[in-house]
Amino acid sequence: MQERSELMQTLFGRLTLEAIPYHEPILVWTFVATAILGMSLLAYITRKRAWGTLWNDWFCSIDHKRIGVMYMVLGIVMLLRGFADAIMMRAQQAFAFGDSMGYLPPHHYDQIFTAHGVIMIFFVAMPFVTGLMNYVVPLQIGARDVAFPFLNNFSFWMTTAGAVLVMMSLFVGEFAQTGWLAYPPLSGIAYSPSVGVDYYIWALQIAGVGTLLSGVNLLVTIVKMRAPGMTLMKMPVFTWTALCTNVLIVAAFPVLTAVLGLLSLDRYVGTNFFTNDFGGNAMMYVNLIWIWGHPEVYILILPLFGVFSEVVSTFSGKRLFGYTSMVYATVVITILSYLVWLHHFFTMGSGASVNSFFGITTMIISIPTGAKMFNWLFTMYRGRIKFDVPMLWTMGFMFTFVIGGMTGVLLAVPPADFVLHNSLFLIAHFHNVIIGGVVFGVFAGINYWFPKVAGFKLDEFWGKVSFWFWLVGFWVAFAPLYVLGLMGVTRRVSHFEDMSLQIWFQIAAVGAVLIGVGILAFLIQIFVSIRRRDSLRDETGDPWNGRTLEWATSSPPPAYNFAFTPRVHDQDAWFDMKRRGHQRPVSGFVDIHMPKNTAAGIVLAGIATVCGFALIWHIWWLAAASFFGLIAATIIHTFNYDRDYHIHADEVSRVEDQRTSQLAALQKA
Amino acid sequence: MAARIARCILLLPLVFLLAGCDWVVLRPSGDIAMQQRDLIVVSTILMLLIVLPVMALTALFAWRYRQSNREAAYDPEWHHSTQLELVIWSAPLLIIIALGAVTWIATHTLDPFRPLERIDAQRELAADVKPLKVQVVAMDWKWLFIYPDYGIASVNEMAAPVDVPIEFSITASTVMNSFFVPALAGQIYAMPAMETKLHAVINQAGDYEGFSANYSGHGFSHMRFRFAGLSGADFDAWVAKVKAAKDPLNREEYLRLDQPSEREPVRHYGTTMAGLFDAVVNLCVDPAKMCMRDMMAIDARGGLGLAGVYNVSRLAYDRPRSRDVRTQAEAFVLSLCQVGPEVMLSPATDAPMYGLLR
Amino acid sequence: MSAHAAETTFPPDSFYDTGEHHPQNGTMLGFWLYLMSDCLIFAVLFAMYGVVGANYAAGPGPKDLFDLGLVAVNTSMLLLSSITYGFAMLEMARGRQNAVLGWLAVTGLFGLAFVGLELYEFNHFIHEGAGPQRSAFLSAFFALVGTHGLHVSFGIVWLVVLMVQVRKMGLTEPNRRRLACLSLFWHFLDVVWIGVFTFVYLMGVLR
Repeated sequence: MQERSELMQTLFGRLTLEAIPYHEPILVWTFVATAILGMSLLAYITRKRAWGTLWNDWFCSIDHKRIGVMYMVLGIVMLLRGFADAIMMRAQQAFAFGDSMGYLPPHHYDQIFTAHGVIMIFFVAMPFVTGLMNYVVPLQIGARDVAFPFLNNFSFWMTTAGAVLVMMSLFVGEFAQTGWLAYPPLSGIAYSPSVGVDYYIWALQIAGVGTLLSGVNLLVTIVKMRAPGMTLMKMPVFTWTALCTNVLIVAAFPVLTAVLGLLSLDRYVGTNFFTNDFGGNAMMYVNLIWIWGHPEVYILILPLFGVFSEVVSTFSGKRLFGYTSMVYATVVITILSYLVWLHHFFTMGSGASVNSFFGITTMIISIPTGAKMFNWLFTMYRGRIKFDVPMLWTMGFMFTFVIGGMTGVLLAVPPADFVLHNSLFLIAHFHNVIIGGVVFGVFAGINYWFPKVAGFKLDEFWGKVSFWFWLVGFWVAFAPLYVLGLMGVTRRVSHFEDMSLQIWFQIAAVGAVLIGVGILAFLIQIFVSIRRRDSLRDETGDPWNGRTLEWATSSPPPAYNFAFTPRVHDQDAWFDMKRRGHQRPVSGFVDIHMPKNTAAGIVLAGIATVCGFALIWHIWWLAAASFFGLIAATIIHTFNYDRDYHIHADEVSRVEDQRTSQLAALQKA
Repeated sequence: MAARIARCILLLPLVFLLAGCDWVVLRPSGDIAMQQRDLIVVSTILMLLIVLPVMALTALFAWRYRQSNREAAYDPEWHHSTQLELVIWSAPLLIIIALGAVTWIATHTLDPFRPLERIDAQRELAADVKPLKVQVVAMDWKWLFIYPDYGIASVNEMAAPVDVPIEFSITASTVMNSFFVPALAGQIYAMPAMETKLHAVINQAGDYEGFSANYSGHGFSHMRFRFAGLSGADFDAWVAKVKAAKDPLNREEYLRLDQPSEREPVRHYGTTMAGLFDAVVNLCVDPAKMCMRDMMAIDARGGLGLAGVYNVSRLAYDRPRSRDVRTQAEAFVLSLCQVGPEVMLSPATDAPMYGLLR
Repeated sequence: MSAHAAETTFPPDSFYDTGEHHPQNGTMLGFWLYLMSDCLIFAVLFAMYGVVGANYAAGPGPKDLFDLGLVAVNTSMLLLSSITYGFAMLEMARGRQNAVLGWLAVTGLFGLAFVGLELYEFNHFIHEGAGPQRSAFLSAFFALVGTHGLHVSFGIVWLVVLMVQVRKMGLTEPNRRRLACLSLFWHFLDVVWIGVFTFVYLMGVLR
């Protein structure tokens, strides 16, 4: 490589034209496809003259409902990217045997498995979970918005900024080749000198700010803003699980921030936290990152346990069995999740007593989880179960998740883990719980709450198609991995010599294709539902005969959610209101105090993205400029004292009168 | 319909099972792996005690209380039963108590640091059998095996006599790897500047595969070696063959070998430098580098004071404007003392000949 | 503050709160939660220091570097700044805007003195060759103390911004809330520093 001039070095840091991978046909075609898609989307928005609406009513919106929807959209977009990575890995492993090296060299393959893990956890599962909580929690507790509406918008855009950086690594430079947790010394500057790990660090740091703030926000919302009468033990289970998840977020994400901060000091300043020489201790990184990492999996799964609780009870037409033990089980899981991190590296050679301690604490988590499973089971007992799509996903979950739980406990037995650790058995296990638990739960949640969001149900046929392809696809894709794990095949391998393994990888690839059809069916489901929205319309606001407060308002809810804050007497507040014949107030509306939209969130996150990019490429002037710009913009924002407005009583009255006549018309019909 | 297809596809694996693939984890050839296999089976059965009823009940309830079945009882307010909740919590609790006990015992008996007490399920370990010592170094991206008792070493190939306990000392030269021979025993991490142990025994002669189970970079996929379980006589022959190799494994050769390379062919060294493994663990095969051992001893006495500041190669502070962190990454603490002349390992006079064992 | 007091008073068949419902303001709780999360970052840095704090890599140790006299002065600056911030809060309660501004300015000066002394110390170490690259101990030291110093610096920036805002808007409700948040932040940094002072400096030199 020729010496670059001092000027170029200063202006562009490490960024050169070679960083654009135009010599990689796969990436070029991906870029072309993305560009065409993006351009047509932009053109479509322009033609529809939707820019103003998009900017004012969505991007700058601080309405928790709109932000919730934007999180879900982010999750879906990133799911497509993460899944593209998955199918590329499956294809590579299905072909790369013996003389065939497959179509991905290690350099590329290693980026893909790293990106797949990072994207699926941070930019698919997290946005989905946060999106659901954002949309549903304030409605369930009878609040008008979250505690800090502006922060909510800012959090969303910071998460998106992280996602943008990860996507950028596809076309400018490269992503980390380290595995999704970037263990040093491999991720240190000595063994990963290029920008990949820096993309990883800054994407996660920026998104992490969003996650942490959104955790604080929802936590305060749940603690402080519940409707009168809603004591802790009258909170809906989903809100309970959201509460516990946000406790975990606030108590776990700072650890990730700190440990990635130390790794970046190692990479940028040349410190010696995790290096081999100079007294560094790489194992400290592994410990710290799993102290965040294990709670993280419960951050993901707990809210979905909440979704399943709501769905089972609603579709069984029955009060949830064992509400109290459900709540305690959730709390116990929350606490225990901090006492198990070492089970991710039994093979590091800690003593037998340490290993068995962490093994046994891990197993103990299965007790409250098992209790939850039984609670759902006995909620179905003596119910009248309607197998709508959300319930189907829940059934799929119950059958799939127990297997995942079982293999998980198996992995918690240290000597068993010695043979199964890092194997495809482990991969199958955590996809079993993440897909079988988190993804199925998200789809159950989307199908369950979509009518609330849009005012019409999702198409049932395509929902079922999507469900069956996902369920069958999951087992076809991951049962072979369980098998391969028992054959002693380990993860992250891009080429095999043993031809006898190939058939299993080919079956797994078929499974991945089936899952792909499931994702496609889901997209078609949304598309078809929008086309057929008039016949799917739900005007009651309560299409499933729901039990909690989100069903008490119209679909979609007005900006202020509730004209009058409901008073809660029972755990199933809305069911109680319906049963005891509540009267919806039709007059006497007052002004409603609401927060104002603002562009500050998207602007700040935009500057943060630029700062991250500059740091990744060592463009120091830009990094400094954007960093100080970020601070200046924040300060300017704090001078804005005019942050709220009142929805006038007349306006409220108009909206509510419309609703009254809508309900009256329904009554007649 | 879709469900039926699903079921057919789910049955497919059973067909292959019957076809007799190589389920090495379930059919290993070493006693430790065998015990780990047993543990997997026992744990799975214990958990199936609760998982199967749950799945059966799920299916039963889903079917019985479907909306169209008007004969089934419907009790929308039934949501609590103290007895039932007691069962719900105590059933998993009992299973976990049993499994926890199994775990505690097994974790201690199968601790990789613990010397073996038996050769297999039937045979105790005779008191006079000395374990075969093997020192393992995970390098970018190959495996180095040193046999200190024989003064030999090999790359990407190791051999061990059947029914003789093996004592592995494991480390890595640059990044973390995991030493794994599924047929022999569970894996253990190979970490730079650290030494882990593994005690295991191979009970059946044969060729097995070993590899790194922890991703370590570009050449990781082919970081594989042949593990040969040999009869005593064959092992003696293998040792003799390796000994006949001309190349010595000295500092220079080690540092050359330490350069990253992929798909390295099998290579034998007839003689090996004394204390090489020790130097690898202490990160001081390069004689200019201070050994970790010495560094830790100095640190325990409070460091070298301000004078020690300059005892570093390629000082980053010489060029304060340099932003190239990589230069720093290659820096190291200089050795204080002259390293003595290299001494090659002389094979122990009592190095066992396993051909005589049987 | 009364949202939940109401719960026992409304009749069992009343389903809506027909007045305007004012939920409690959660800013203080939220800020407290943020501080606790920040505390975890410090916990990680302390843990890191605890693990590698004796790995001098045959370089200088705490005894060779730390000047307890300087650190004592430094510590007293920060402690004094906390006291003066307390005075500012007392004046805020009395509603005396100028006195608040005065005490805030004093607090800021103490804070600046603290950061200045710390920068002097860092510069001195680096000049002697004991930069953060020299050993894991020094890495952990610079990271822990530096992160704290960075927090104080941000605190000062925030303080200045707040002073401008108080001057412009007066002691309005939002400004009082912000002052209270910064107060929590400032005292929190004090508490962390006491940990740093004890754990890093005192135990480093006296052990």
